[in-house]
Amino acid sequence: METQTITNTETAKKVTERISGSEAIVRCLIAEDVKIIYGYPGGAIMPVYDELYKYQDKIHHVLTRHEQGATHAAQGFARISGQVGVAIATSGPGATNLITGIADAQIDSTPMVCITGQVPSHLLGSDAFQETDIVGISTPVTKWNCQVTKAADIPAALAKAFYIAKSGRPGPVLVDITKDAQFEEFDFVYEKCEKVRSYLPIPKTVAGSLEAAAKIINEAKKPFIIWGQGVVLSEAEQELIAVVEKAGIPAAWTILGASAIATSHPLNVGMLGMHGNYAPNKLTNECDVLIAIGMRFDDRVTGDLNKYAKQAKVIHFEIDPAEVDKNVKTDVAVLGDAKDTLAKLLPLLNANSHIDWHQQFKDLYKIEYNKVIKNDIYPTKEGLTMGEVIHQINVESKGEAAIVTDVGQHQMIACRYADFNKTKSNITSGGLGTMGFGLPAAIGAKMAAPEREVVSISGDGGYQMTIQELGTIFQQKAAVKIVVLNNEFLGMVRQWQQLFFDRRYASTEMTNPNFVAIAEGYYIKAKKVTKRSELADAVKEMMESKEAYFLEVCVEKEGNVFPMVPSGASVSDIRLE
Amino acid sequence: MSTEKEQLYAVSIYTENNIGLLNRISAIFQRRHINIESLNTSPSEIEGVSKFTIVVNMNEVNIKKIIGQIEKQVEVIKAYYHSLDDIIYQISGLFKIKSELLFEERQIQNIIKESNARIVTVNKEFFVLEKSGKKEEIVTLYNKLSVFGIMQYTRSGLIAITKEEMKISELLETYSN
Ligand SMILES: Cc1ncc(C[n+]2csc(CCOP(=O)(O)OP(=O)(O)O)c2C)c(N)n1
Repeated sequence: METQTITNTETAKKVTERISGSEAIVRCLIAEDVKIIYGYPGGAIMPVYDELYKYQDKIHHVLTRHEQGATHAAQGFARISGQVGVAIATSGPGATNLITGIADAQIDSTPMVCITGQVPSHLLGSDAFQETDIVGISTPVTKWNCQVTKAADIPAALAKAFYIAKSGRPGPVLVDITKDAQFEEFDFVYEKCEKVRSYLPIPKTVAGSLEAAAKIINEAKKPFIIWGQGVVLSEAEQELIAVVEKAGIPAAWTILGASAIATSHPLNVGMLGMHGNYAPNKLTNECDVLIAIGMRFDDRVTGDLNKYAKQAKVIHFEIDPAEVDKNVKTDVAVLGDAKDTLAKLLPLLNANSHIDWHQQFKDLYKIEYNKVIKNDIYPTKEGLTMGEVIHQINVESKGEAAIVTDVGQHQMIACRYADFNKTKSNITSGGLGTMGFGLPAAIGAKMAAPEREVVSISGDGGYQMTIQELGTIFQQKAAVKIVVLNNEFLGMVRQWQQLFFDRRYASTEMTNPNFVAIAEGYYIKAKKVTKRSELADAVKEMMESKEAYFLEVCVEKEGNVFPMVPSGASVSDIRLE
Repeated sequence: MSTEKEQLYAVSIYTENNIGLLNRISAIFQRRHINIESLNTSPSEIEGVSKFTIVVNMNEVNIKKIIGQIEKQVEVIKAYYHSLDDIIYQISGLFKIKSELLFEERQIQNIIKESNARIVTVNKEFFVLEKSGKKEEIVTLYNKLSVFGIMQYTRSGLIAITKEEMKISELLETYSN
């Protein structure tokens, strides 16, 4: 009790200081415990950079090579740490370059605060040099945004921004601050925001819904859990495992839910969705109760909604009420934070094992193993597969690495085959599928968790979308391991062309540069592997490197990712070849 | 898409009085290709709280989803939807008409009387009629007057009060707990 009195009196005699708006911005970041930010300077944000110079010992600013890289790095930082990632940019082109990362963070619920400079307020709306209506542009892709034109409004706006970004269902926010507000002096006080009147971050669990859910689960013969990133965001991994184990329910994950339960757990039955595993997709249309936890029934997961789990009672554990019944009609919605609701569900559940039901998953896995997996990770024919590269990384990392992927075939292969022993180990662009995400996101992840091995896996296409971030890696001495799986194609699009467009490979073939020379140009150790016999040693050398390391693996040109639920088809129509 | 029948709904949205919210709210309709039939925003009975009244033609399954998306906006306090039967509402129409018609066409005077329209102003060139009521009443008046020629015509958004109680103040208290 005594400590509390002390803090109370301390807050009571809060000292105000007269400082500039730009200094206030930096002080707000410090007050929010921000230690690393990603950004790119320019005229309208220069006063802030000047303050960052002064506060270098408190905040480390990372100069990325493109503002898009700054947002993805902030995302990678947020995804592995669970903290808010911060990106800053100047007005106009700086601000618009943030948009891809903001949109990505919005759909993947990643907490991020973006700060943009803006032209002086007297020029607003006049088409001044480097003026864009970034608040208007970012509105549809932010959880919240605002423009500040007075220094005195900066602390409250930033406090609110951090609170909104990380509370409830997290998301990106943007605060646009005019240059005059950055120069203006005012009496600075910072108070953290703990609530916003109109905003209820965590909805109340409807009375009786947990009991109703438990009853349905206890009576189920073939219950099936599908979990998503909500579990990771609410740090409900232990609660989920407890539920899965007590009730003996097979559980599958969406791409963003990956790693919440270790790959090796016997009740972890694999990945859902378009390139997910055979059993969980097929058996979605066999289960009698479908328990969705912190996932939003994305169309990449459900396929044709009219043929999705129609036989099952659906229970949806969800923090965002707008997701309930949005795509799939539920029988019981359990609103709330998954950590809390799953903990409350556990004592209501009967212990069970569902051995026969689980056997069905094992049987289908065997089919998938023989038809697909074996050939992917232990290939015998010529030509390196993406799967065997991932397998080799597993061998060296022992499943402890954080895997950051870009978008395409390699992403699906990495998510399918990477071993995850630790949660928050799969960092990928799920909802937006943003090529170019991987490399910069890996920088953020490595800086947030320097003790972890961070392996970035990209295709030759996406890698070249943000290849310039090699410069950031070099300058920051970020020891990320960079793997490019080079098939000389925009592989995923080529696969679709092969399957659905009669092999008409329109503009998907890529003539690539000397990737090793480029990496070496950035003073990053680099190697290229073209033969199976070289692979194991090269991966080992990469993983043992204390510094950043680039590995290019030339894989078969026309390898495909299977299984596959063709878009618009039912999940039970998943193809193995 | 649901095959359920579409009908007019009035959406009432209580919000913080903040710049930019109109953008956020209209974007929700725009993304789903929903045409806004009418829109009104004004202060509400609670200080600092604004109220939007938006009329749209939709089916009930989809309006529920829209309400969810609207309520998700940080500065939206609460959103409701009502069929037009569940609210008391008014629309206002303004008609600008040549003054000579007022004196030369007897029938116009009868139309004004019968329709309970109100003359807002008269000058040498024109007079302005105002009529409040349901949309049909205003449209009927429009049809009658258009025979004679209308110089300008405009109709307001729908404004509404619900028959049911809306406990916004109480809601705000629970938020601040
Ligand atoms: C920014 C962006 N542009 C286009 C696409 C469409 N797209 C999805 S996968 C893909 C091909 C990716 O090729 P590559 O990076 O070489 O990876 P691979 O599929 O060969 O593993 C493309 C073009 C996208 N997802 N993102």
